[in-house]
Amino acid sequence: MSQTDEKKAPAERKIFAPVVNEETAKFWKAAEEGKLLYGWCLACNEPHYFPRSFCPFCFSTRVEWREASGEARVYSYSIMHRSPAGPYTIAYVELKEGPRVLTNLVDCDFKKIAIDAPAKLVFKPSDGGAPVPFFTLA
Amino acid sequence: MSIKGKAYVMGAFEHPTREAPDKSTPQLHVECARGALEDAGLTKDAIDGYFCAGDAPGFGAMSMADYMGLRNLRHMDSTETGGSSYILHVDHAAEAIAAGKCSVALITLAGKPRTGSGGPRGGGNAAAPEAAFEMPYGGTTHNQYAMCATRHMHEFGTTSEQLAWIKVAASHHAQWNSNAFLKDVVTVDEVLASPMIATPLHRMDCCVVTDGGGALIVTSPEIAKQLNRPKVRVIGAGEAPKGTYGGKVDLTYSGAAWSGPKAFAEAGVKPGDIKYASIYDSFTITVLMQIEDLGFCKKGEGGRFVADGNLISGVGKLPFNTDGGGLCNNHPTNRGGITKVIEAVRQLRGEAHPKVQVPNCDLALAHGTGGSLGTRHGSATLIMERE
Ligand SMILES: [Zn+2]
Repeated sequence: MSQTDEKKAPAERKIFAPVVNEETAKFWKAAEEGKLLYGWCLACNEPHYFPRSFCPFCFSTRVEWREASGEARVYSYSIMHRSPAGPYTIAYVELKEGPRVLTNLVDCDFKKIAIDAPAKLVFKPSDGGAPVPFFTLA
Repeated sequence: MSIKGKAYVMGAFEHPTREAPDKSTPQLHVECARGALEDAGLTKDAIDGYFCAGDAPGFGAMSMADYMGLRNLRHMDSTETGGSSYILHVDHAAEAIAAGKCSVALITLAGKPRTGSGGPRGGGNAAAPEAAFEMPYGGTTHNQYAMCATRHMHEFGTTSEQLAWIKVAASHHAQWNSNAFLKDVVTVDEVLASPMIATPLHRMDCCVVTDGGGALIVTSPEIAKQLNRPKVRVIGAGEAPKGTYGGKVDLTYSGAAWSGPKAFAEAGVKPGDIKYASIYDSFTITVLMQIEDLGFCKKGEGGRFVADGNLISGVGKLPFNTDGGGLCNNHPTNRGGITKVIEAVRQLRGEAHPKVQVPNCDLALAHGTGGSLGTRHGSATLIMERE
């Protein structure tokens, strides 16, 4: 059996509305403006994702959240066939800025997905919440 | 302080059921506890330490302890690391015994995802800090472990055929286990022809879903001496969490890379000394990565190591999961850690099925990965010897 016999991510799969809390509210507010934020530590100059109020590497609170370029490449992926709404692809993509981000690869030919393939940011509406960042093949 | 030689696994019981529509989850826990006590030759009131994890219904350890009537407890531990919890609990029980906090520890696992309401949820609750950044993407155990396989294949040239050999070896063992959920021997071609679940993992790369459970009794050396059972001594253990590290996630290795060396150092033995290994087999890729990380072969050479029957007892160099493992025998309540310890104890006692018993098996390892290999998980490694 081919590993990639389905072409398109189905439109029907519901996207969970992200649970927003006090720390992450501004991430989801930026998402409404089509921006993906990641954390940048001013103490150790390391990027992190998902963004936090502190640096998970050096524990400094001198952290700012920066807008990602949206450019990335595929680190790994799996096409999920056990899904009532049709196959979908889970993936980690590596942002141009460094962090590897869990996501789905959407709106693309699943046959063309490969490790290291260039990918770019797209937002999709969630089921009653903020828009969610996804990636598609660039 | 080391736990080496400070505690013994003196009771082990695997519930024979794989489908239990007429029993409650607490009832399965107590049946497992009874089985392990009878195996050890002890009675309920000897228990002064109780260990359970997220599958135990109720309020930490208290609901089950109250339900079972454990009146003499002076130590409780409900550490939750998913399916590896019960391997880690043996370590924690040994620590508590070494510190004089208890002398007879009971560990239970049970549940009924096959006929009941599903297994414990483990992670995935909405209050978890990662939830908003993961839940929208439809992550499941299948596709998260599968991403590890995709990356392993990319970096090291591992193939689906090599992964299939892990299932084939498990099936060769399961044919001798009358309680095994799947008893048929399968071939590499049959694994590859089974339906794709999450690329590159096929249905036969995945463990079974079964009801059931198991229990262990861990005792002090003084109690062990009074019991009429072969003595299985705990000589080394390690535990470690692994996560996504702020975006520095690396899918090519597991927490076994940390828990394994700690356990080997404490035991004072090397991977090559191990006669039998219980290796957590939620998926075939789980086995392959853990075998590398535990040092049974070099990183990246796992595919070649597991191929051609090298994991089959009596055939290969590393007999593994001789009960048929989670891939064929049993994965009670979607958590295989306790059955990993139980089969290692059978091997050390010489009580495994004669067709799979490793000759003169005096040193064994049990290792588990609980949670998700693709995001965050808890690794636990346990080394035991026959005295
Ligand atoms: Zn920092």
